Amino acid sequence: MKILNCPLNGPRNIAEFTYGGEYRAPPDPDSASDREWAEYVFFDENCDGKVLEWWCHTASAFWFLVERDTRTDEILRVSRAVDVNTVDVAVAVDGVAEHDGPGEGGETGQ
Amino acid sequence: MTGQNRLPAPNGHLIDRDRPVTFSFEGRRYSGYAGDTVASALAANDVWLLSRSFKYHRPRGIMTMAGQDGNTLIALPGRPNCVAERIPIREGLVAAGQHYSGSLQRDRNAWIQWFSRFLPAGFYYHAFFRPRGVWNLWSRYFRRMSGLGVLDERAIPGNCDKQYRHCDVAVIGAGPAGMQAAIDAARDGGEVLLIDEQAAAGGSLHYARACADGAHEARQLRTLLDAVRAVPGIELMTDATVNGWYADHWLEIIRGNRLIKLRAGRVVLCSGTIEQPALFRNNDLPGIMLGTAAQRLIKPYGVRPGRRAVVLAADDSAYGVALDLIDADVELAAVVDLRDRPPSDARTERVREAGFEVLAGHAIQAARGRRHVRSVEVRRIVAPGRLGGRSRRIDCDLVCMSVGRMPAWQLACQAGARLVYEPGRATFALAGLPEGFTLGGSVASGCNDGSAPWPIFPHPGGNEFVDLDEDLQIRDIRHAVQSGYEHIQLVKRYSTSGMGPSQGRLSALATARLVAAETGRSLSDTGVTTARPPLAAVTLAHCAGRRHYPALRSSIHHRHVEAGAQFLQAGAWYRPAYYGGKDEFGDAVTREVLAVRNGAGAIDVSTLGSIAVRGPDAAEFLNRIYTFAYARQRVGTLRYALMTNEAGFVIDDGVVCRLDDRDFYVTTTTGGAERVFRTMLHWNAQWRLDVSLANLTSAYCGVSVVGPRSREVLAGVDSDIDFGREAFPFLGVRRGNVAGAPAIVLRTGFVGELGYEVHAPQHCGEALWNTIMSAGAGGASGEGNATGGIRPVGIEAQRILRLEKGHVLVGQDTDALSTPMELNMRWAIASGKPFFVGKRSLKVHDSRPPERVLAGFCIEDPAGAVPMECHLLVDGQRLIGRVTSVARSPALKKIVGLAYVPPDRAQPGSRLTIRCDRQRRVTAQVVKTPFYDPGNARQEL
Repeated sequence: MKILNCPLNGPRNIAEFTYGGEYRAPPDPDSASDREWAEYVFFDENCDGKVLEWWCHTASAFWFLVERDTRTDEILRVSRAVDVNTVDVAVAVDGVAEHDGPGEGGETGQ
Repeated sequence: MTGQNRLPAPNGHLIDRDRPVTFSFEGRRYSGYAGDTVASALAANDVWLLSRSFKYHRPRGIMTMAGQDGNTLIALPGRPNCVAERIPIREGLVAAGQHYSGSLQRDRNAWIQWFSRFLPAGFYYHAFFRPRGVWNLWSRYFRRMSGLGVLDERAIPGNCDKQYRHCDVAVIGAGPAGMQAAIDAARDGGEVLLIDEQAAAGGSLHYARACADGAHEARQLRTLLDAVRAVPGIELMTDATVNGWYADHWLEIIRGNRLIKLRAGRVVLCSGTIEQPALFRNNDLPGIMLGTAAQRLIKPYGVRPGRRAVVLAADDSAYGVALDLIDADVELAAVVDLRDRPPSDARTERVREAGFEVLAGHAIQAARGRRHVRSVEVRRIVAPGRLGGRSRRIDCDLVCMSVGRMPAWQLACQAGARLVYEPGRATFALAGLPEGFTLGGSVASGCNDGSAPWPIFPHPGGNEFVDLDEDLQIRDIRHAVQSGYEHIQLVKRYSTSGMGPSQGRLSALATARLVAAETGRSLSDTGVTTARPPLAAVTLAHCAGRRHYPALRSSIHHRHVEAGAQFLQAGAWYRPAYYGGKDEFGDAVTREVLAVRNGAGAIDVSTLGSIAVRGPDAAEFLNRIYTFAYARQRVGTLRYALMTNEAGFVIDDGVVCRLDDRDFYVTTTTGGAERVFRTMLHWNAQWRLDVSLANLTSAYCGVSVVGPRSREVLAGVDSDIDFGREAFPFLGVRRGNVAGAPAIVLRTGFVGELGYEVHAPQHCGEALWNTIMSAGAGGASGEGNATGGIRPVGIEAQRILRLEKGHVLVGQDTDALSTPMELNMRWAIASGKPFFVGKRSLKVHDSRPPERVLAGFCIEDPAGAVPMECHLLVDGQRLIGRVTSVARSPALKKIVGLAYVPPDRAQPGSRLTIRCDRQRRVTAQVVKTPFYDPGNARQEL
């Protein structure tokens, strides 16, 4: 079983981790065309060589980035996700129409 | 008494002559000694025929004595396919041959071998692929004729378990090289595990003869064993097969009933070599064995392998075998050496000096005999693989083949190494090992002491077996190549070479040589087939190990057991399905539904996921995670929470409670807690908002008190919370003390009645439940009545209650492609927000008409078929939708349900046809939800 060196927990068996897919910077949701957006959501690069991936240490729910070579399955680098800020949206509260109560039906789920 | 073939000491150092053991084989009783295996004890009693071959039912016996091939497969009670060379005898052991009809000695199916020329490799594919289906008729017959042992379906397997271990250095193979490697590694300060598959460490030192002096190996064995014991840090593990190498030196080891998973810092492979058989006619007869097999019989077990022997030599170790045979009082008829001029070393000189005949440049063309070898025909080699001149017959009952070796390559190749052929030494060597994986001893240094010429001699009559497991002859391999399967991988799959119990140990080299010769390629280019774990057979019991099912039980679990709950598992959680006997399902569920509708019920909701979201950006965080809006949510209220993924599909729901400006308490579905928590953290690894998240699921218990009497019940519980209608309105949240527990109370409406969810630290669960149950015990109309005291309510009733309200259960009424619009939950989307996960995709979904919508339906006809979840909606023969939830509503006294329907059929009054079991069809009518209390008045009481 492969060992993955978690930046928080150190080297652990790969079975302790959850794969989070390729790291991809999303396009600007407001200006992207439907096709661009759909490609971002559904398509993976799936490239032959170096990839950057999200991994999560399941028990501690710690997310980090892994650079891996898909040809050799060699892990080249692991890093905390401090250098990425993929979804940079405005913290907008004022001036936005908000519902005050629950909508029709007034559902509260379980 | 203990065998006519037993040799005196010092031979037999692994057996204890003071402890005779009696066992039976094929119904006859035999005697051996403690330390014997079934094979060695039978050989001592001059029993050589141990099995019948897989395809042609040919007689087979000891070939390697190493326990790595299929020639000595026997059946033990409840355990077929045991290797006789590895099974120690014990008093009363009952062993039998297998795969014969009648008796092992006179197999009634042995006639099949005379038809072998009509059964080439690939015969089945060619003969039975047409007409379609004919294979099914013939296969029954073939299965009876071929195959190995028979599984006893009534046998109870022993318990198997698993063990996880670590070491700095794993040394595989405890022969001389392995022992030395372990000593060196331990002296460097490492924790060393020295692993060997045989019962005793020592490897070839137990049987081989590297020099003329026959006692050399025994001395070296003693010295090394003493050192292994003396050096601290070495653990010796015998009877343990390293069955696979996986990434980062993760080794699978089978030892008895245990599967050991070992993480090694580095691996030293000292697996030695595998001696290879020569190919000549009838090379599979009992009495024909590898030179090392004869040595393994003589020295550790003290068994004379025959009376008159021919040694077939192509390397110098053959002369060590010859000397051992002479010392064991075996008459040496001749040494037949494939080499024109055998090089001289001390061993060859000793053999020559003793006056024994050495036939240089000769080979065996064929062996004769019915159930045991009786003679061999020897001729001169005129060209590689070709014999000529006069044939000479030599009578013998033993042929020892020492014609070349393969490094025991499998584990190294699993780790990524390649086999490279070295023509000068006529052997494969290993190259390209991964980091931390080294070789020691003969697996690395090559194998042949003296070059080994081509040991393959085709015979016009065939029966020169390449693969003894699969009964493959030279012509089968040639046939595969000639049929167009030129790649070694294709040859393997077409001919099945290397697929038997020995996994190519004895056939890979010969197959590669034949394919290389047939295709005109080099051996390196031809190569061998990919080595993959496992190396030896693994039972399913080993894979399964012990059963470990994780289970989660709420802190109130024991109260449910006392109340007679029937449990079902939701994820890892055990939840009460209903309270009552196993045969009371319908009545019990109805009773519970009516209790909630007319009185009061208590539901254990501890299994709901709960997540604390705190910090200056908490509201903004929730605004991005969920579709609804939370920024201006008032403290002390709760709001519905619907979660979509980036593709805009619904993945979870719950409620968001605002406890304070920067302090939220969020619930999730029972199965979704871990996933939702992980998803939240994943997003915030990207957003990095100033928010802290904590998964409180297992830290909090919950009791939902529901029904028109619930306020009255809680009024009877000691609490500082005012449960009054104005003080604590619908969708309110209060913190306070309930029955001594610091609680969060949510006024929700999931089941459509007045109700309160009391969440408290897990350890308070049982006390909280007890207090609520005793506060609700005194009902208005007494016990046993539907409007009586509070009832514990299981999730079956809860599912009906929510269905009567038309509420969607995420995971049941949704699938991987359900949008909020399809679920009629547009109201839960705050589209004015600048962003939430899935918002952009929902815009795309919304630009197109939906293909389906979730609609409520009811069935008035009580006599018709009752649909079930996942039954299909049909229009003629066309499938147009599917039922997601359905139940008989006790309140409405009819069948109600939810189904995905085409949008044009979603109008109330539309008629739907549901195809039920056995093609019965029932008509349903679309109705508006909620089915029950359409005005939602009851939950706001």
